[in-house]
Amino acid sequence: MMGEDLKKDLFKDYGQKLFFPLVALFISLFAGGLLIAWLGENPYIAFRHLFQGALGSATNFGETLVYTTPLLLTGLSIALSFRCGLFNIGAEGQYIMGMMGAAWVGSIFTGLPAWLHIPLTMGAGILSGCLWGVVPGVFKAKYGAHEVILTIMMNYIALHFTGYLVNYILLAPPGYLPATRVINASAKLTRLLPPSRANTGFFVAIICLVMVYIFLWKTKWGFEIRAVGLNQEAARYAGINVTKNIVLAMALSGGLAGLAGALQVQGIQYRFNDLFAFTGYGFDGIAVSLLGNNHPAGIILSAFLFGSLNCGALQMQSVAGIPKDLIGIMQAVIVFFISADYLLRKKLEQPLGEEINVRRGSAGQEVAK
Amino acid sequence: MELAFAINIIAFVIASTFRAATPLIFASLGGVFSERSGVVNIGLEGIMLFGAFFGMLGSYFTHNPWFGVFLGVLVGGLIALIHAFLSVDLKANQVVSGVAINLLATSATAFLLQKVFHTTGQSSSVPKVKDWQIPFLKEIPFLGEAIGKLNPLVYLAVGLVFLSSYFLFKTTYGLRLRAVGENPEAAETVGISVRKIRYGSVVVSGFLGGLGGVYLSLGQMDLFREYMSAGKGFIALAATIAGKWNPKGAFLACILFGFAEAMEGQFQLLGMNIPKHFLHMLPYVLTILLILGLVGRSVAPAASGIPYEGRK
Repeated sequence: MMGEDLKKDLFKDYGQKLFFPLVALFISLFAGGLLIAWLGENPYIAFRHLFQGALGSATNFGETLVYTTPLLLTGLSIALSFRCGLFNIGAEGQYIMGMMGAAWVGSIFTGLPAWLHIPLTMGAGILSGCLWGVVPGVFKAKYGAHEVILTIMMNYIALHFTGYLVNYILLAPPGYLPATRVINASAKLTRLLPPSRANTGFFVAIICLVMVYIFLWKTKWGFEIRAVGLNQEAARYAGINVTKNIVLAMALSGGLAGLAGALQVQGIQYRFNDLFAFTGYGFDGIAVSLLGNNHPAGIILSAFLFGSLNCGALQMQSVAGIPKDLIGIMQAVIVFFISADYLLRKKLEQPLGEEINVRRGSAGQEVAK
Repeated sequence: MELAFAINIIAFVIASTFRAATPLIFASLGGVFSERSGVVNIGLEGIMLFGAFFGMLGSYFTHNPWFGVFLGVLVGGLIALIHAFLSVDLKANQVVSGVAINLLATSATAFLLQKVFHTTGQSSSVPKVKDWQIPFLKEIPFLGEAIGKLNPLVYLAVGLVFLSSYFLFKTTYGLRLRAVGENPEAAETVGISVRKIRYGSVVVSGFLGGLGGVYLSLGQMDLFREYMSAGKGFIALAATIAGKWNPKGAFLACILFGFAEAMEGQFQLLGMNIPKHFLHMLPYVLTILLILGLVGRSVAPAASGIPYEGRK
């Protein structure tokens, strides 16, 4: 009997959690349809191309996985920071640094066996992303500086810094193209479903999702991070080192985004090309995390959804002539909806509200001095 | 001869500093209004981009750049109205709502660019707001060369700094606005409508953000380019914080950023061999240093970022 009740409660709980993201999704699809009609095209045909482009064949499905993989990790990166009460808008910069770190380590070592070179290259990406997350993390934890502004600035610095590296220090001879050397075969990931570019990086991302789930909900360290996110003052009172946990959360968050960049280089691009502009994977990760309720299970669904939309949009653009920017508008509609949703907001606000407590805290200290 | 050359360069740097600082000044004043009333407006970046696009569009359709200015400012206010509705009435998470505005701005302006001009990247050239020559400023020795002939929007930005400062600190409305940002419960107790003040402040911040964007497309350039705001809204917010939520302080911070940008051009002109990537990085590194330097000494309005739930 009790088991039955528990099951009912569980389903009710899941139903509630799924309800608002689904409503948000349908409203955004509706808005997208209206915009397509405004362009003078048939929404049904456009959406059919969108669907076919994403899932219409094994190759298209493989390409959807290509777009999904980085979103799984940048979404997870942002979710981890949310859970500690931080808003890491810097996933974009950490992703860029991860790409650069992997492109460097992937190309300088020759003669290494793949079992060593592949993890080494991933490690370089993780460390580079980590560094880009730790810097704002330390400034936030030690001095209470606003991490939103700091991480945004770090994004621009990453963009121009890698631009310098790729054009001066790591430029591949003879230098016709602003790109690094191609990484060695020993650092490349195995392709699946050819001719699509899908590769084993997808499984690496899934393993990370499971690991982060276990870390956050089944270990003491994860508990401490979530405790800091729920109520910083209470966590401090309970003897948890808030400074350490903020830095740790930003380091892990940056590392995950960095890994996303490494997988992109090792599985897809095989080199770092001068970017000129942001890739968008880091920013899309914000919408992925929010729609996925900042939980690894939800992130799998939302990353796959956005991956499909981004991939399908290419066919929709080339065949039906609908600008792929439509997808970005639909993502924004989803984020608007989620920002306003009261029930989800309660969950979100607990971590995010902490920023306010920190400010109040520092204001209080000012008075005390 | 040498001296005249040096004076010319200095005058040129001062003029470039003001030109580069102007979009930041408008947007950072927007940040001051919004945050002083208790609403964080990360969406200023997106509002600027909307302002830049619709400013260009207004000028494109009417061939009158001033109508473009009007339209850009109006749309900036309308977008801010969404933010106000979400954060004041629906008590949304203000940072997330701001992020949504930024996401929307990047995609929507690119989408509209294709709808109207059937092209990607940038719009065609439109009539821009022309520089004004101010006779009495022009006659000031030495400085006249630098500040006597600038875009009218530059003069407007400087004027608005003093106007905002007067409004916030010398008028009853300003006092009410600040009260709502510091202690909304107390403000409501003495009969001030928190909702009205916050709505008004956020919309004004949208007008100002839109103006900053208009300056990008109709003052600095004569066209719209995808993502031409390039983080200026965020830098402006950093200036708001660095300027201690004070119009004059924010102005000084913006001038500093403007100077960094002006020097970018100078280094290249003087043939110094610094990779352009480092020069591009400069304003962002400067922002981080400025925020760190002022941490602890700069305290946000106490209720900033917190939805007002009403009196218990």
